[in-house]
Amino acid sequence: MIRVVIPHHLRTLAGTGAEVSLAVEDPVTVRAVLDALETQYPTLRGTIRDHVTQERRPFLRFFVCKEDISHESPDTPLPDVVVAGTEPFYIIGAIAGG
Amino acid sequence: MSGVRVLVGTRKGAFILTADGKREQWQVDGPFFGGWEIFHLKGSPVNPNRLYASQANDWFGQVVHRSDDGGKTWETVGNEFVYEGVPGTHQWYDGTPHPWEFKRVWHLEPSLTDADTVYAGVEDAALFRSTDGGKTWRELAGLRQHGTGPDWQPGAGGMCLHTIVLDPSNPKRMYIAISAAGAFRTDDGGKTWLPINQGLRSEYIPDPNAEVGHCVHRLAMHPARPNVLFMQKHWDVMRTDNAGDSWHEVSGNLPTDFGFVVDVHAHEPDTVYVVPIKSDSEHYPPDGKLRVYRSRTGGNDWEPLTKGLPQQNCYVNVLRDAMAVDSLDSCGVYFGTTGGQVYASADAGDTWMPIVHDLPAVLSVEVQTLP
Repeated sequence: MIRVVIPHHLRTLAGTGAEVSLAVEDPVTVRAVLDALETQYPTLRGTIRDHVTQERRPFLRFFVCKEDISHESPDTPLPDVVVAGTEPFYIIGAIAGG
Repeated sequence: MSGVRVLVGTRKGAFILTADGKREQWQVDGPFFGGWEIFHLKGSPVNPNRLYASQANDWFGQVVHRSDDGGKTWETVGNEFVYEGVPGTHQWYDGTPHPWEFKRVWHLEPSLTDADTVYAGVEDAALFRSTDGGKTWRELAGLRQHGTGPDWQPGAGGMCLHTIVLDPSNPKRMYIAISAAGAFRTDDGGKTWLPINQGLRSEYIPDPNAEVGHCVHRLAMHPARPNVLFMQKHWDVMRTDNAGDSWHEVSGNLPTDFGFVVDVHAHEPDTVYVVPIKSDSEHYPPDGKLRVYRSRTGGNDWEPLTKGLPQQNCYVNVLRDAMAVDSLDSCGVYFGTTGGQVYASADAGDTWMPIVHDLPAVLSVEVQTLP
């Protein structure tokens, strides 16, 4: 299972805790993880990436293994430790605003 | 005993204020959707327990919620607002073409006849409709594509469709207003649209009498007299007696004719309320005095209403969707401020009291009169 850590407001929308577990078929990519997340929690559609363009919202970032992978292709396979569930996939909101 | 439910949208959540018909003791519930900007909440006239709410923030975009129990519980509905066809461009602040991009829902207007039908006014300016209780949305593209769309330009707050007024006597007719394009009317249920800005004069645009380009802040109608509309424009309070075919100014003796809100007494079609704001450079009341102005003559002659409102050191603003009236006898009037106060008058504006005074900045106020 893929572990995904989501920010506060998305937890509220999805009705979950901080971390959710998802079954994702190979190859495990950012796109595949987000597809699975939105399938399991339809209320999150449109909140992480644009409905039409599928672009990541500008105030969100994706991290794995302490690295920012936000600008990598969404079709790049994620590291084995994420696939194995040892490390989570983080969706992080910008620490900004008032 | 009858009562009222005041729906308040703020920068950091929604609040629901309820009272019986005396409107003296208030219960405050919320925040709902804490931390989200709630641009607008409104209830269905057909089913008062059906509420719609627009949540948005810069991180997670747009979300729409629906309640079927008067706001006790909410469910997430559809947030996919996709422009019809190739969206094209409107003007950017510097006059260059800029692609249409959906940003947020400013206003939700439930149908007068069907609880599952609701209209959404959005930024960048367009009108959407849902006929399944908010699950799916479809643009009424005739507005954006009627011809002047490429000339529309955003106001300081963005290019927003912020006002939707439904004609209770004619289900095919509705009015909308856009900052900064102007007012528009449809007579065929939203298929085709007509700019209705004749008589508006805006000195801050290249052609002060242009067909479009006017920064209309708000429209208001009395349901018993649907051909008469009042408008708070960026500057000027205006009135039409022919459904928008022409407008004339009724600012009269107001201390300043800049402002955002305008509304009409529930039982007196010629009694109108505005909150004058000093200027578009200084978004606060003149002289630090928060005054609602009331005209009992359909404009031109205005009286300040001050009892219960701060008359010194007050520098809040009252935004365009932040005034509403109930339909009790006597008419209740409500407005919210960017300082987080929601004021109520149970006597048509003669006296005021704050229901709450420390909310986040208030973006919208609606009121439901309950049986």
